[in-house]
Amino acid sequence: MLRQFWIAYLTIARKEIYRFTRIWVQTIIPPVVMVALYFIIFGNLIGQRIGEMDGMVYIDFIMPGLVMMSIITNSYSNVVSSFYGAKYSRHIEEMQIAPVPNLVILLGFVTGGVARGISVGVAVTLVSLLFTEFSIHNPLIVLLVALLTSFLFAMAGLINGIFANSFDDISIIPTFVLTPLTYLGGIFYSIKLLPELWQTVSLGNPILYMVNSFRYGFRGASDIDLMTALLVIFAFIVVLFVFCLVLLERGTGIRQ
Amino acid sequence: MHALEIENLHKTYASGLQALKGIDLQVEEGDFFALLGPNGAGKSTCIGIISGLINKTSGSVRIFDHSIDDEFTIAKSLLGSVPQEFNFNAFEPVEEIVINQAGYYGVPARSARRETERYLKQLGLWQHRRSQARRLSGGMKRRLMIARALVHQPRLLILDEPTAGVDIELRRTMWDFLDQINDQGTTIILTTHYLEEAERMCRNVAIIDEGSIIQNTSMKKLLKQLNSETFVLYLREELAQAPCLQSFDNVVMLDQHSIEVEVPERHSINDLIRELEAQGIVVERMRNKVNRLEELFVKLTAKSGAASAA
Repeated sequence: MLRQFWIAYLTIARKEIYRFTRIWVQTIIPPVVMVALYFIIFGNLIGQRIGEMDGMVYIDFIMPGLVMMSIITNSYSNVVSSFYGAKYSRHIEEMQIAPVPNLVILLGFVTGGVARGISVGVAVTLVSLLFTEFSIHNPLIVLLVALLTSFLFAMAGLINGIFANSFDDISIIPTFVLTPLTYLGGIFYSIKLLPELWQTVSLGNPILYMVNSFRYGFRGASDIDLMTALLVIFAFIVVLFVFCLVLLERGTGIRQ
Repeated sequence: MHALEIENLHKTYASGLQALKGIDLQVEEGDFFALLGPNGAGKSTCIGIISGLINKTSGSVRIFDHSIDDEFTIAKSLLGSVPQEFNFNAFEPVEEIVINQAGYYGVPARSARRETERYLKQLGLWQHRRSQARRLSGGMKRRLMIARALVHQPRLLILDEPTAGVDIELRRTMWDFLDQINDQGTTIILTTHYLEEAERMCRNVAIIDEGSIIQNTSMKKLLKQLNSETFVLYLREELAQAPCLQSFDNVVMLDQHSIEVEVPERHSINDLIRELEAQGIVVERMRNKVNRLEELFVKLTAKSGAASAA
């Protein structure tokens, strides 16, 4: 039976990966172009006037955050659009009719999201080499945080896809929640620059922990203690993982 | 062994609509079974519950003695389902759709490719295997859903209006194909609005109306309940008015060359022809007004509707 589930998992994961690689011009290239513009404008043009941030050249400071932003938005959008698309055209029923456990459906979709998040992250990192020197303080931390974050936001995308009832619903959360939290998550500035009250408020933003632990992996410096950041990410993963499974088990949004 | 066993199945939707009101149904292994009913009777809800697409309110469903609740992996592996509406990714190639479905059932890649080739060839889709599904005609899409439902070799196949919108020639090809897989041992449950199809193919039948089973018997026994049949007669000579026949009350003039006569069970066609000949009326051709099962179906569902209204 485990082999049966393994084949089902590979089928969903392969299908999801094929889906975004087949349309790579729409899925991989746009975020790379967008981040390249960030590097040019904020890194080169404005960054040179800013000087140093947290002891780093500004472009070096923002580079990990920009890579992380790409990972977050792409792992999220891959799953939300794919899952909602499957719901909308009803081909999610292909999995529901088959003996595929909800855990396998969850992991299959999330694998697609993680694969896209990491693919775009690697592409953006390569583009960053045009603007900044490549240096990694701790590759394992970089890899671990990238994987955990993409896993987390792929699940968040799945939850959005489960609840979405229209194509508008799949853009509301990214536009009004994800983007503000990402921009306020310490990509472009150190929270040490903020007044004490806003520093405390910022600690409520989960993306801050991901950006800072990722920056630690690249640069060896972070506003947040590494272990605290990893624990926060892990806690969010556990909560969303359980929530996703409960929703799939109940058939929320997909079974009457 | 029962291929399908449903006990006291209830479904009430969030809107309060009671779609199924305690259905009991058994389908024997190897049967070709018709599940009939008017639109909104509860057929698709019933099939949705068996297939795992709709949550039941209460009751039990067993497929080859495996509960869909407690042994869902085995129960679902034994079932193939062709839904009423197209539910594949229209942008995927035909071959991928079928192979992926096999993958969801845990069929290894090599077997999945082999079975996909087999069914796409049998259903005349092999030359379209690399086309996106959206480019197929309506009939081809229906056949694609049948190939997809069979790729994991289910022992029970449920077809929810598989020939809807399919031309008559293709429909007959599909009937032959379904006959063939039924002969090979696959139990088939069919819902259809083409009652000629059900009468031709199915050995047993259940009629569901307003969420309840109102008939569950063999097709032969069901058709015996038909106590009259209506025939359309085409006459050689023109008639000015409907003839007055001693043994037949319901005679309706359709036009000057054709009449409609209801023939009760106690009278034969010979009686009718004799009476007409006695009046100098020559019948050139005749046909059933509607299919026999259709006539019975309309009577039964009308009766059930009237009873519930009362």
